[in-house]
Amino acid sequence: MIEFQHVSFSYEKDRPVIEDLSFRIERGESVGLIGANGAGKSTVMKLLLGLLSGEGKILVDGIEVNRASLSAVRRRLGFVLQNSDNQMFMPTVYEDMIFAPLNYGLSREEAERRVDAVLEQLGLQELKHRHNHRISGGEKRMAAIATILAMEPEVILMDEPSSALDPYNRRLVINTIRALPQTKLITSHDLDMILDTCRRVILLDRGRIVADGPADEILRNKELLEAHRMELPFCLAGR
Amino acid sequence: MNKMDKALHELGEMDDLAAQDSPIHRLSPLAKLLTTIAYIVTVVSFHKYDLSGMAVMLLFPVLLFQISGIPVRTCFYKLRIVLPLVMAVGLFNPFYDRAPLLTVGSLPVSGGVVSMLSLMLKGVLCLMASFLLIATTPIDSLCAALRRLHLPSMLVTLLLLTYRYVGVMTEELAVMTEAYQLRAPGQKGVHVSAWGSFLGQLLLRSMDRAQELYNSMQLRGYHGHFHYAPGRPFGLRDALYTLGCCAAFLLLRFVNIAELLGRLVVR
Repeated sequence: MIEFQHVSFSYEKDRPVIEDLSFRIERGESVGLIGANGAGKSTVMKLLLGLLSGEGKILVDGIEVNRASLSAVRRRLGFVLQNSDNQMFMPTVYEDMIFAPLNYGLSREEAERRVDAVLEQLGLQELKHRHNHRISGGEKRMAAIATILAMEPEVILMDEPSSALDPYNRRLVINTIRALPQTKLITSHDLDMILDTCRRVILLDRGRIVADGPADEILRNKELLEAHRMELPFCLAGR
Repeated sequence: MNKMDKALHELGEMDDLAAQDSPIHRLSPLAKLLTTIAYIVTVVSFHKYDLSGMAVMLLFPVLLFQISGIPVRTCFYKLRIVLPLVMAVGLFNPFYDRAPLLTVGSLPVSGGVVSMLSLMLKGVLCLMASFLLIATTPIDSLCAALRRLHLPSMLVTLLLLTYRYVGVMTEELAVMTEAYQLRAPGQKGVHVSAWGSFLGQLLLRSMDRAQELYNSMQLRGYHGHFHYAPGRPFGLRDALYTLGCCAAFLLLRFVNIAELLGRLVVR
């Protein structure tokens, strides 16, 4: 479904942010992309979305990510931003949700049916006509996920989906992510959430993959995590 | 509640007003927009000395306030910052135009004073009409109406995003102000020496946000065209309202009702 083949990228010459990165994510997989600050997680996301272009090859569903294929690639990818305010730019939740389906050529009736189905799936019907600047942080995050689901993407990318949420809303978001059948790539420092939502983890350090395997194994490996400026998830730390 | 929170709260109140239900709220946004434009054009077109003719134009906003159920005081409260600026527009007229135009009792009134009052009234009437439009129409419906009038898409998008993000930027400003005040106890407001860096920071944050926002739009298939909610269709009732209002404005513009009534009383 997603394939990185020897991808490198640098913002400044001779200071690579991503170095010879290669990995493959199969359809339906849930993968956590973890690493300390500056490890290159967000850059990987941006490369995948075609917001940045580097060396090497990136494939999404067999389509190479390049300028000519951007529209086809982006139609398959749904990206939930860390800051929901940057994602929810229309006045109401409904207008935000219907934005992408209309852009992709659906009629307003079809798009509205899709929006209603997603709101029902997530139990967010009462948010439909609420104003984006008047809903809480937790509601905004859920609405941002709903916005992406209304696109019916094949892959969902999430950047820190549990950040700045209270425990209740964090659990709500985690349960929602777990219930999504799509392929998922999630970047986060919340390793407990990664453990809850991903079967596989890719650990990045300074733009390179230092571990790639089952979440249960990597996230229990204290030495490995500490060697790369990370810590065990709280639930495994035994504190 | 600090100043910023209050500003955000007031912004939310505008949404609440627009979400109310009344015969005016139920009109098509296009009808309300056309009527407001016609009203403003009519008000602005009055001669600078035609104060009595223009005063009758006050009837329109007063009627609309009554029908829509929006209190007049809410309008003046929300416009309290802009109103003094509008009122100040003709402040120098009395100095330039000193020739007596009329007498009130035995007191001569110069043309400058009349034109100043006329400019003030024009400003207040236009603001009231614009307020009524925004207070009875959700912003997305208003944008859709503007697009139906073929206003450039870029301008309408800018209006929509400004409305959406004015609150977010106010929040950022509130956070920055609080951070400043926590490290400058006893100081009233932000010191003038920090204004530059304050505005610079806000600009940088706005630019970062704008970039993220644009990325988010592109990732959801945006290619320069917004699909606005169609809003209430423009029906017979809306056509009658628009035509009726425009006819009334024309009548009030060319027939000085106040003067006619005055003559009747004097006779």
